[in-house]
Amino acid sequence: MSALAAVFAAAPALPLDEAGKYVAGAFVAFVGVIVIYVAIMAVRLQRMSRELTELHRAVEAREQGEAARAAAPEAAQR
Amino acid sequence: MYGKGLRALSLATFAALTATFALVFFYAPLDADQGFIQKIFYVHVPVAIVTLCAYVLGGIFAALHLKTHDRRWDLRSYVVIHIALIFNIIGLLTGAIWAKASWGHWWVWDEPTLVSFLIVFLLFATYQPLRFSIEDPERQARYAAVFAVMAGAFVPLNFAAVRAATATVHPRTFGTTEGGLPSQMAWVFVVAIVAIALLFALMCCYEIAAKQTRWQLRALRRRLLGSDAVAPLGRSAAPALGEPERRTRSGGTTSRNPAEAAS
Repeated sequence: MSALAAVFAAAPALPLDEAGKYVAGAFVAFVGVIVIYVAIMAVRLQRMSRELTELHRAVEAREQGEAARAAAPEAAQR
Repeated sequence: MYGKGLRALSLATFAALTATFALVFFYAPLDADQGFIQKIFYVHVPVAIVTLCAYVLGGIFAALHLKTHDRRWDLRSYVVIHIALIFNIIGLLTGAIWAKASWGHWWVWDEPTLVSFLIVFLLFATYQPLRFSIEDPERQARYAAVFAVMAGAFVPLNFAAVRAATATVHPRTFGTTEGGLPSQMAWVFVVAIVAIALLFALMCCYEIAAKQTRWQLRALRRRLLGSDAVAPLGRSAAPALGEPERRTRSGGTTSRNPAEAAS
């Protein structure tokens, strides 16, 4: 944090007069569109993560069912 | 498995963008004519260049799809055009902001550079509705590829026509008659173009990885839980991958080749 403050202190002052708001606006528009895209990607990733969890549960349930079926004949033989 | 190299590409993009912003504000000299407003060019011009190159790349990928009938080229063409449209919007927004600061108007209709960029945007904006209007995935891919090739070929022709236009007030960033850019500015421009190109490549890679992972999840769900557990595909502008199923007219799906879907 202190290093960042040192960089800003050493950097030359920007002539943020009338043009400052337009330059800021252009860079905010650029970053804003990218952030919106990243947010959409995050929502999609969450959905996929949910689906994957659901599939994991289905596999576990199937494996437990198979184990129970395999154990049942052995118990009957005894 | 699909996100191979994404971490390295993400770090490289972050480093390049940070370096670009630092160079733009603290290294590049102020333009003698435009002053501080000219800093917008370090985002606007590279975004516009990458956008136009991406449209041509989308056309090349589409041509490869037509030649090889490989679905992966259709996916690449679709994703490249999709991300290029996002970049095109950024280019239009930053250009309008610069025009307001420099000319006092958000938009000037008699300026060929602006209008031609808008025409290219509107042309490629029809790509997604075109895909959406075709139900059969194979026909969708083929027709979209033909469109992408034609529209991709239009981009350099359009660019050349605008450059040849004489009456223009839009500045020429890499102009030759005015002597071009000073070396410090040119160097920052090159870094900015590399950073924006990296960002474009990163977004394409993320999009492709997300699409492929979604389709693999769908195929896995069908294998584990059966076809009934998978929601109907319905109509989509996005390419169908791996041909695991065919979209039906009613919006439902019929399994085509489950073994292939799992591969």
